[in-house]
Amino acid sequence: LVVIHINIVRPFAGLSDVSISEDVPVEGDISVPVAASVTEDGFSTLDEPVKETVLRDLRAVGSKFVHVLYPRRSSALLRDWDLWGPLLLCVTLALLLQGGEADSEDRGGPQFAEVFVIIWFGSIIITLNSKLLGGTISFFQSLCVLGYCILPLTVAMAVCRLVLLGGSSTVSFAVRLVVVSASFGWSTFASTAFLADSQPPNRKALVVYPVFLFYFVIGWMILTFAPSQ
Amino acid sequence: MSSVSENRSSEPWSGFEENLIQGGGSAVIDMENMDDTSGSSFEDVGEMHQRMNEDEEVNGEQDEEQEDPNQDGEFLGMKAFKGQLGRQVADEVWQAGKRQASKAFNLYANIDILRPYFDVEPIQVRSRLIESLIPVRMVNFPQKVAGELYGPLMLVFTLVAILLHGMKTSGTIIREGTLMGTAIGTCFGYWLGVSSFIYFLSYLVNAQITMLQMLSLLGYGLFGPCLVLLVTYNIHFHFLFYALWLLIGGLSTLRMVAVLLSRTVGQTPRLLLCGVLSLLHMSFLLYLHFNYHQIIEGLLDSLEGPHLSPIQRVARDVPELTLNVTGRSLSLLLGNQ
Repeated sequence: LVVIHINIVRPFAGLSDVSISEDVPVEGDISVPVAASVTEDGFSTLDEPVKETVLRDLRAVGSKFVHVLYPRRSSALLRDWDLWGPLLLCVTLALLLQGGEADSEDRGGPQFAEVFVIIWFGSIIITLNSKLLGGTISFFQSLCVLGYCILPLTVAMAVCRLVLLGGSSTVSFAVRLVVVSASFGWSTFASTAFLADSQPPNRKALVVYPVFLFYFVIGWMILTFAPSQ
Repeated sequence: MSSVSENRSSEPWSGFEENLIQGGGSAVIDMENMDDTSGSSFEDVGEMHQRMNEDEEVNGEQDEEQEDPNQDGEFLGMKAFKGQLGRQVADEVWQAGKRQASKAFNLYANIDILRPYFDVEPIQVRSRLIESLIPVRMVNFPQKVAGELYGPLMLVFTLVAILLHGMKTSGTIIREGTLMGTAIGTCFGYWLGVSSFIYFLSYLVNAQITMLQMLSLLGYGLFGPCLVLLVTYNIHFHFLFYALWLLIGGLSTLRMVAVLLSRTVGQTPRLLLCGVLSLLHMSFLLYLHFNYHQIIEGLLDSLEGPHLSPIQRVARDVPELTLNVTGRSLSLLLGNQ
């Protein structure tokens, strides 16, 4: 029995010999998350229905949407960051921007990939910039905030498509201009409200400028969108 | 058996407990595999390797468990050629993953190295932007160049956005790739390429300037072009463009030339450096304006016109193009065809 006990205390002793070179301390790294997750949660989510899991995540995403639309100075968006919402918004925006006039003739309209690249690449640049300027926010928190704050612009895009159904005239352009400008201001304001606290107070302008540029490009892309005839 | 599972439940590995108890058959094997290598029999990592020689292990383990643990290496050596494939694959996957992770981590950790170059205040940036349009006539003493990258980087991104705007309004066609990629490539290519080229030249002629200073100087030098393009992409007057090109573009070029002059010694080196820089900078602005300008693009588009026959294009394009002289001559040209 003594022999059995010793061997079980080191259940991964053989692991380093089998597949992983010996200089890597694998044992410690693996053991931590398993023990922690069990003790922290107290209940297991493994045996719950998939529907509940999905609904819980969707509810979390939805509550964050509300935070963006009504930007109080709350830390919920920062504390429990996720990238599902940004992905959802990004895909929706890219899909709505599909099928433009320019797109059909291969004229360099906003293609799906382009929208994707602009959103993610832009967020990453802004995040790196804020880190370089001495911000205390973490990388993914910033990505999460910037992604969620596209929501007003996505809504504006949906409105624009509806307006464009009625035909493109000067009036419709004026309506679209107003809607896009309002949502652009909203996006910038909301993201600034969330991000500004983590920045040194004298440098807020430097952090806000790329955010402004980012949402401006997206908003301008939405404004110039024209559906194919 | 029962004593074994009791021992297990007292360990921090309680997460694995269920699996171990459920697989009754495996537990028997586990009891037999008392040497060090047996720990892998439930692990994913060594699974492939394990599958290959599990049978041999079960048979051979009885003898080996009495052996000294020091012979572990020998035992492995014996097994090595059997499980070599599995081990190699697992090892390689692990190494590749480790390399990727450490590369990404290093990149992120290295941000701290760049931080000093972004140490600016908004007022400093504003004053540097304004200074970039004011040439200083001080040639005898080296002028100060701030080694800072925030302003240049933001100016390059602004230029990218303006360029995108210009491309969109002019309806530029790019066969391979996207507008975004082209705009980013053009702006960053110019900034980095010309900076390194001028730095190389200044190294040849022994000018006192570092790469960082060059990047900062040329980056702030892009403020003039940004202004000019922002105006002229929206207001289409050729005269206005040439006036702005000479005035604002010229001022920002002169500023850079003055700085380079003050940091170079000798006539020929000065002529070489400043000539190359001003030529590149002024022609870059011209290129950006005319390459993505509405009227020129319209001309090229109409002349190429691959999709439609000439007659249809005349009927459709004449009303738009008769707005100016160029357009009129074009419509005449097309009318003659």
